[in-house]
Amino acid sequence: MKTCYIHSVVSISAQNSFFENDTVSEIQEYSDYKISAVHPPYRDFIPLSQLRRMSPAVKMGFAASKKALEKANIEQPDAIITGSGLGCIADTETFLNRLIENEEQFLTPTAFIQSTHNTVAGQIALGLKCKAYNTTYAHGSVSFESALVDAQLQVEAGEANNILVGGVDELGTEFVDYVHIVEHKQKQPIQVPLSEGATFCVLSSEKKEGTVAVLKAVEIQSKITDENIVTEMQAFLKRNKVDSSEIDAVILGNNGDAFDVYYQHIEKLFPKTDLLQYKKYVGEYFTASAFAFWMGAQLIEGKTLPKQFFARKPESKSYKTVLLYNQFKGSQHSFVLLTQC
Amino acid sequence: MKKGVAITGMGIVSAIGNSVEENLEALLTSKSGLGISKHIQTHHKNTIKVGEVGFTNAEIAKKLNLPKDNNYTRTALLGCLAAKEAILNAGIKSISEYKTGLISATTVGGMDMTENYWKQFASNPEVQKYIWSHHAGDSTEKIATSLGVTDYVTTISTACSSAANAIMLGTRLIKAGKLDRVVVGGTDALSKFTINGFKSLMILSESNCTPFDANRSGLNLGEAAAYLVLESDEGVALQNKSVLAYVSGYGNANDAFHQTASSKTGDGAYLAMKKALKIAGLQPSDVDYVNAHGTATQNNDLSESVALQRIFNEKSPSFSSTKAFTGHTLAAAGAVEAVFSVLALQENSIFANLGFKMTMPETGLVPVTQLQKKELKHVLSNSFGFGGNCSSLIFSEA
Repeated sequence: MKTCYIHSVVSISAQNSFFENDTVSEIQEYSDYKISAVHPPYRDFIPLSQLRRMSPAVKMGFAASKKALEKANIEQPDAIITGSGLGCIADTETFLNRLIENEEQFLTPTAFIQSTHNTVAGQIALGLKCKAYNTTYAHGSVSFESALVDAQLQVEAGEANNILVGGVDELGTEFVDYVHIVEHKQKQPIQVPLSEGATFCVLSSEKKEGTVAVLKAVEIQSKITDENIVTEMQAFLKRNKVDSSEIDAVILGNNGDAFDVYYQHIEKLFPKTDLLQYKKYVGEYFTASAFAFWMGAQLIEGKTLPKQFFARKPESKSYKTVLLYNQFKGSQHSFVLLTQC
Repeated sequence: MKKGVAITGMGIVSAIGNSVEENLEALLTSKSGLGISKHIQTHHKNTIKVGEVGFTNAEIAKKLNLPKDNNYTRTALLGCLAAKEAILNAGIKSISEYKTGLISATTVGGMDMTENYWKQFASNPEVQKYIWSHHAGDSTEKIATSLGVTDYVTTISTACSSAANAIMLGTRLIKAGKLDRVVVGGTDALSKFTINGFKSLMILSESNCTPFDANRSGLNLGEAAAYLVLESDEGVALQNKSVLAYVSGYGNANDAFHQTASSKTGDGAYLAMKKALKIAGLQPSDVDYVNAHGTATQNNDLSESVALQRIFNEKSPSFSSTKAFTGHTLAAAGAVEAVFSVLALQENSIFANLGFKMTMPETGLVPVTQLQKKELKHVLSNSFGFGGNCSSLIFSEA
C-alpha cells in the first residue's frame, strides 16, 4: 500500500492564513456571532470576467485550489475531490428568495445552476480543463474528511498520483441567521462565531522536495457516545499503530457547546501533550475542521502558530505526529493522523 | 477473474411503485408513472408532468412509526423507506454484526421543507425544527439512524450523477476491505426549487418526455429513493447469501466543458464509460444493454448518443432510457437505474424507451422501444450531471 503524502495545504479563513509566508502571525479577535473569511484579492487568481458571477464559495475554492496546485507544482491533478456541508448556500438563498417573491415567475437560471454542492469542484475542473475523477461530499462536519478518505483510498490503491482535495463553506446571508436563532435556544449553544472558509491541499503517492507531511490515517464515524469516545480514539490509534505517547500535538474542534465534553475526554487521554483549538478564531462551519488540517501541516513543517491557538503547550519542541479530532453535536466524528515524512 | 462486488439487496420507491416488486411490474408492462403532481403546491402544477411518489408524507411517517413532532423532510422519508426495503431484501437482521457503512446521495436535501417555511424560519418556532434538516447530510443521518448504522456514514452531492458516485465509492470501500457491507444509493424529493430551476433553464417538458427522439422537448422531474446493499465476498460466503448481481465496473470523469451543458463530443460520458469498461475488464462488445442517462433534453441525448457511438464504434448495443417511467429523479437517478439494471439482468429483459417515435438525424441511433427479452450478462448504466460530473457503472449477472 502506498504512502499518502501531502504536498501543499492552503487555507482561506477568518484569520490571515492565506498570505505569505503562509502562517498567521497576528490573531484577529472577533465578537460578532457571524464572521466572514479574510478574502484575498481574488483578481490576482481569477479573470475579472468570471469573478463577477462567482459566489464566495467558488472564489475561495478557486483561489485556494490554484495556490495549492502551484505550491505542489502540479498543473493537472488526477482527481478533484471537495467537501462542502452547505454547498453554495448564497446562490441557493438567492434563487429561493426570487422564487418565493416572484411567485415562481420570470426566473433566470444563473443562481440555480450555481447552487449545487458540486459547483466549486465543477468550476475548478472547468478552469483547469481537467477531465479526471471529480466528486463532492456534503455530509455536515465530515464533508472534508470524507473527501480525504476518498483521496487516500485512491493514492493507497495506486489509482491516482496527485489529488486536489478541498473543503469549502460560505457564510451566505440568511440561513446562517436562522441557524443562529435555533442554536441560541439551546441550553448551552455554540460559543464561537458562525463562519466560512476554504482549505485545499494536494495529496500524492510520491515524496518529493517540499513535501509537507504524511496523511497517515483518516477515519469518520457517525455516532459515538461520550462515554465511548476514549475507547474509540484508542482503537483508532491502535489500528494505525501509533502509541498515544507518540502524539506531539492534538488539535480539537471545541466550539463551546454542550458537546465539548467529547473534547474534554480526549484531553484527559493526552495529559502532557500540546493541545490546540481554533474555532474561537476561525469560527464554526461544516468544513472548519479542514483548518485544523492546515494547522497540523503547519506544525509538522516547523512553522510557528500564534500562542492563542495553544490551549496547552508544555514545552517547545518539534512536531512529528499530530492528531486531529472533531465532532458536531455528538455526531460526525473525524480522526486524522498527520506525521512527518 | 473476479466478478466485482456483490449486490445482496435492493429497495426502491419511485413514481412507478413503492417496492422493487411494484417497480418491476411497471417496467415489464411498460407503464409510466408520469402525471400531474398531487403533493406539490407549485404554480406550474398543471403545465408539467412529474414522476411523483404516491404516498403523502404523513403516510410514510406512519409506516416508519415516527413521532408526530418529527422533523423528517420528504427526502429523508423516501430515503428511509427505500433503505429499509434494501436491508430487508438483503436478509440483514443485525446491522452491527458486520462493519457496515451508508453512502447516500442527494442534491436538494431538505429543500422540500425549507422552501415551504423559509419566510417563517426567523419567527415561527413551530417550523424552526426544519432549519437543521435543510443540509444534505440530514437525510443520510436519519436513514443511518433508522437502519442502526453508526460507523462510516457520508453523503455525496454531484448533481444528477450523485447516486452513481455513491455506488462507486461503496464498491471501492468494499474492495479495499475498509467495510464488510455498505448501503449505497440516493434520495431526492420533488421541490419547487428544482421545478423552477429546470423551468428557468427551459428544459422542462410539458408532456411525457421522449428520450432520444428527434423531437424531444425536455425532461420531466421525478422523485425517488433507491438503495443497494453491497457485501464483501467473505461476507457473502460466510452467510451463504444469494447474490442478485455484481457491480463490476465504474468510472467517473468530468466533461470540463460547461457548468450545465454537455459537450458536443460527449468527452465526460465517453471517458466515464471507458474507465468503467477497463475496471470491469470488459470489451465494449461485451455490454448487452445500456441503461442510458437519456433525460430527453436536446443537449444530453445528443451528447450521450455521440459518446455511445464513440465508445461502441458505431455498433451501439441495445439501449434505452427509463426516464419516461420515473421522471428524472436527480440524485436518486443513478440508484434507481442501478436497481433497474439489476432487474434487467435478473429478468433478461430490456425495458422500453417509452415515447420514442423518430430517430435523431445527427446519429441515427434507435433505442429499444418495447419490452424486449434477451439474455443479458453485462449492463452499463450512465448518470451525468451539472458541474460536468459524468459517471458510468457496469452491473454483471450473478
